Amino acid sequence: MRTVTVVGASLAGLYAARELRAQGFDGRLVIVGEETHRPYDRPPLSKDFLTGKADEDQLALSDVDETLELGAEWMFGVRARGLDARGRTVLLEDGRTVSTDGVVIATGASARRLPGPALMGVHTLRTLDDARSLRAELLSGPRRVVVIGGGFIGAETASSCAGLGHSVTVVEAAPLPLLPQLGPEMAAVCAGLHHRGGVELVTGVGVAALRGDVAVNGVELVDGRVLPADVVVVGIGAVPNTGWLAGSTLALHDGVLCDDGCVTALPQVVAVGDVARVGGARAEHWTSATAQPRVAVRNLLAGRTVETVRPLPYFWSDQYGSRIQFAGRRRDGDLVRVVEGAVEDGSFLALYERDGVTTAALAIDRPRPFTRVRRELTRGDARPAVPVAAEPVVAGVAEPVAQGFAEPMAL
Amino acid sequence: MIPVCRLEDLPTGGSVRIDTAPPIAVFNADGELYAIDDTCTHQDASLSEGWLEGCLVECPLHEASFDLRTGQPTCLPARRPVRTHRVTVEDGVVHVHPAAEEGTAA
Ligand code: FES
Repeated sequence: MRTVTVVGASLAGLYAARELRAQGFDGRLVIVGEETHRPYDRPPLSKDFLTGKADEDQLALSDVDETLELGAEWMFGVRARGLDARGRTVLLEDGRTVSTDGVVIATGASARRLPGPALMGVHTLRTLDDARSLRAELLSGPRRVVVIGGGFIGAETASSCAGLGHSVTVVEAAPLPLLPQLGPEMAAVCAGLHHRGGVELVTGVGVAALRGDVAVNGVELVDGRVLPADVVVVGIGAVPNTGWLAGSTLALHDGVLCDDGCVTALPQVVAVGDVARVGGARAEHWTSATAQPRVAVRNLLAGRTVETVRPLPYFWSDQYGSRIQFAGRRRDGDLVRVVEGAVEDGSFLALYERDGVTTAALAIDRPRPFTRVRRELTRGDARPAVPVAAEPVVAGVAEPVAQGFAEPMAL
Repeated sequence: MIPVCRLEDLPTGGSVRIDTAPPIAVFNADGELYAIDDTCTHQDASLSEGWLEGCLVECPLHEASFDLRTGQPTCLPARRPVRTHRVTVEDGVVHVHPAAEEGTAA
């Protein structure tokens, strides 16, 4: 391979570029980024960056030395428009083309928006530019903020806004935020954090429309209520950026379809991060974006899938002064048990269990015990796998994992 | 020189965080005592709550790992070292000698 093009100057894109060099690729490395910014880290955008505690320097994922060392050709502020049928030419929006032997797709996802005309005061929070404009508005005086969507981005944004002294309401269409991720018991615990932070949480009711002419002035709910608002933050998820691949031969369905090794239908095209649907699942997790590139690049350079990747799902969230950490593969019906600390004290470790096997863990401000369980889960994950079947896992098959868990945990 | 705790209160595998500015974490790694800046150089996490393995401590948030002897990160996402500080035991009490603001190890 003489040229590899990384499309997406994102966390996953940068990690892929690093891996290419680390794994001995010394050819031409082109990195195409839609944004005008060098790769930056998104998680702080809704937290320390929004509150002004962290500045843009602290978001940078790379420094000058490393950038030089990578020896890549960076193209910023230009969007990829297409990939030819053989995956050998990347077309750019400005008409240029890049001839290439290998492609790493790392175009990420975009914030989902509400239908209707654009109104001033309505924000999403996904990119640095999004965060800059929201931050500017929040720093210019007290506002009535309505956050639509109680997921992690919504909750963190609400927490940051409340911390800055704004009056904040969170609207969640489901009966509780984070239900699919955490299950009813722990979703209820996390919902309680909003209350503690002085934020009103409205659940079980959807948004009918945004009110206002030029600037937003309220959020109308389907039950007829209107919440007055100067600022609205829409946090209703993200859609993978696959539009530019519509004319390619790649299979697209809620992301770029890949095998377990991040390899697409074309062996010289791999996909990583939020845009990649790896082995049937798309995980918008920071740890997926950082764990997939090593394997994807190895397979790209090998010309076929020689290694697979299935990182243990892990995510964290900082809100209202609490740090929530979650790891594992929870399924509906798992039992939840607090095994250390207490919910009332705001510091605890809870395990999700199925047939006596730990499937996942959630901790609030309990980092070390959480790490212990996360490592155990990772180890269990690495064992010759229990097949990923739609059927319920039978106890006999799951047993090795259970034993792994019962082993004394070495520190 | 800052008194930290009695030696017996810092058993093997244990760690304590002292509220200096910036905070310092003291570890007992298999009988050797080490002190480093407590805050991970990647983002905001306390290394005293990290996972200790040999001379390495793994950050509890995104698994960057630091060498307690040098303060150097051994893997991403951290790219900058933490400062190291000298540790002594006097009359059974663990003391930390914070490094000067500039530079690294004392
Ligand atoms: S905060 Fe330590 S690795 Fe990210």
